Amino acid sequence: MQLVFILEQVLNGLLIGVQYLLIALGLSLIFSLGGIVNLAHGAFYAIGAYLTVLLTPTIGFGGALVASPLVVGVLGLLIERFLLRRFYRGDPTLALLLTFGLAMVAEQALRMAFGAAPVPFGIPTWLRGQVFIGDLIYSRYRLSILVVALACVACLWLLLTRTSFGRVVRAGVQNPDMVAALGISLRPYMTAVVTIAVGLAALAGTMMAPVTGVHPAMGAEILTFAFVVVVIGGLGSFWGVVFAALIVGVVRGLTAYAYPPATEAAVYALMVLVLMLRPRGLFGEHIARFE
Amino acid sequence: MTDRFGDSLSRRSLLRAGGAALLAPALASPALSQGQSDVIRIGHLTPRTGFLGPLGEFAMQAAQLAIEEINATGGIAGRKVELLSEDSVNPQTASAKAERMIQRDRVACLVGEINSASALAISQVAQREKVLFINTGANSDALRGSDCKRFMFHVEAQNTMMVRACGRALLDRGLIKGRKVYALTADYAFGHDLLKQAKKYFAAHDATLVGEDLIPTELTDFSPFLLKLRQAKPDLVICNLAGAQITNFLKQFSEFGLPFPVAGFGFDTALAWGAGPGNFLGTWPVIWHHQIDSPSAKKFVAAFKAKYKKPPENQGWGDYTAMKIVAQSMNELKTTESIKVVEHLESGAKFDIAKVREGYFRPWDHELMQEMFAITALPADQVKNPYDIFSSTGPLPGPDESLEVLATTREENACTFPV
Repeated sequence: MQLVFILEQVLNGLLIGVQYLLIALGLSLIFSLGGIVNLAHGAFYAIGAYLTVLLTPTIGFGGALVASPLVVGVLGLLIERFLLRRFYRGDPTLALLLTFGLAMVAEQALRMAFGAAPVPFGIPTWLRGQVFIGDLIYSRYRLSILVVALACVACLWLLLTRTSFGRVVRAGVQNPDMVAALGISLRPYMTAVVTIAVGLAALAGTMMAPVTGVHPAMGAEILTFAFVVVVIGGLGSFWGVVFAALIVGVVRGLTAYAYPPATEAAVYALMVLVLMLRPRGLFGEHIARFE
Repeated sequence: MTDRFGDSLSRRSLLRAGGAALLAPALASPALSQGQSDVIRIGHLTPRTGFLGPLGEFAMQAAQLAIEEINATGGIAGRKVELLSEDSVNPQTASAKAERMIQRDRVACLVGEINSASALAISQVAQREKVLFINTGANSDALRGSDCKRFMFHVEAQNTMMVRACGRALLDRGLIKGRKVYALTADYAFGHDLLKQAKKYFAAHDATLVGEDLIPTELTDFSPFLLKLRQAKPDLVICNLAGAQITNFLKQFSEFGLPFPVAGFGFDTALAWGAGPGNFLGTWPVIWHHQIDSPSAKKFVAAFKAKYKKPPENQGWGDYTAMKIVAQSMNELKTTESIKVVEHLESGAKFDIAKVREGYFRPWDHELMQEMFAITALPADQVKNPYDIFSSTGPLPGPDESLEVLATTREENACTFPV
């Protein structure tokens, strides 16, 4: 019984990890290619959740699952085109201030528009209920969003490794000067990467809206965790981030089981440990311009 | 070479800067206005950001409504009242802002707070400066006991009152005596104090605590704990959480479809409204709710609805009531001097507090003696709108009991005012 229970916690941890993954992957991509730490990434997650609450009554949750990331992705595109683009070459502190400011503007805008209290939203009836697999019982909704999230991660991996688009992006991460010397401008790639990353954050927001409080500060809540995942995984490493997200989920689950007050602290302790042993993160790549 | 990066970029400095920015406290919102000397200023401090932010917004809106009503009926002693309202953020900031409001803005009194630790910090400043502070949302018993202050009064109920009010409803439904209870508790001052009072109650009423987990306040995903609950199979789940956590817990408990009855001893209606249709469940204590059948309650609800397009909840009631008590007392006394108001409140003066019976402050611990309520979630098919999602007991204590029976006695929570 005890073993089944621990197994259940590990499995649950993996599922939670996948939810951080969508946000962490985008964060990692934007940083690796553009050198920008996007503190506004959580805000897109929150906007995605609020849009879902607004759109669901008219186009249903299924419709919102598609529409919300698309709309927020376009918002990301505009922000990249008119704001972020000006900061790739400058002092990184300026970019930090910009994205920090954007995050505050977004949070306060949500607060002014919808109020500080959480807005009511729940799981659509057709996704409610439990799934029974042998001795394991699990929420049908969580299993459903797991499938969607894994599909997105797989698509992103294929895009980065099996297409010419992905080849340019990966080359741009390693050596932007060489890419430029070959006559390829990274600008449109950066726009595309930000759009995709922001869309994924909004998708995470959409999928979490039914099971977590939809309130203005929800973006700030998730962002810290996503950062920790990126740092543990190592910058520039796709699988590093994936692995770190899963590890973080499992560590949380097992600490909740063994010593609840440390549930959150354990994740930070893990980060400290990883940074001490492997300063570049678990699978961090050696990127010359960031050293 | 349009996509080159600056040389100053280093991974470590970025990480460091990113971390610093994340940790930077929310920037303070400036005071609403700087008034002239012919107005009476009241300082209002309450958390507007963080996990208690959702409640702070109701507090703020209700305080503004109260001040508008007070000014519409002639202000205080013929002078206009001006509200200085700020985000109290955390105990350190709350203390600094309280000091500034008293020394620079010369406020007549301070009202507000939800966080017990911040309320303690403000009360220390208020006591030192000899300025009245009315606590409208912090529950810890210690604030009325070991940490009590002559210049601090409490419109908010103490934790023990919350435990005993809800406990009565649970006893009636046979969920306490001889039952196995599993408690989830917010891991900070409020939660620790509440757990202590809850344990006393369980011991006194023959219930066994089969599990108790302290939950970090920043936790948003309860699934590991829901799995623990499913394994422990308790007869009752007690949720002593705070702020936005309650919304997350309700949503996820309902998602996992666990069959155990739920109750809690700390609660705010706004968080149940935020959980969404079909997700609110269980039995909870509230100090006030918008369905109370009394003329002044109906008037408050109507005025709040007209201004903010939603009904008020318990936190809004607290700040509204405190403002009204301050204005009424100062008008009756024809002075804004804090010590005079303190003496007046200690004298057992009665106030219409938008409930059935009038309330008064106990002179020895400054707790407002008042009716409480226990609410129970309505089944989903009986819910007609997003706000009327619960049914309520009548006032507790009942009409033929003393208002003091739910509160701690002198022996249970002794208070000696510091000089």
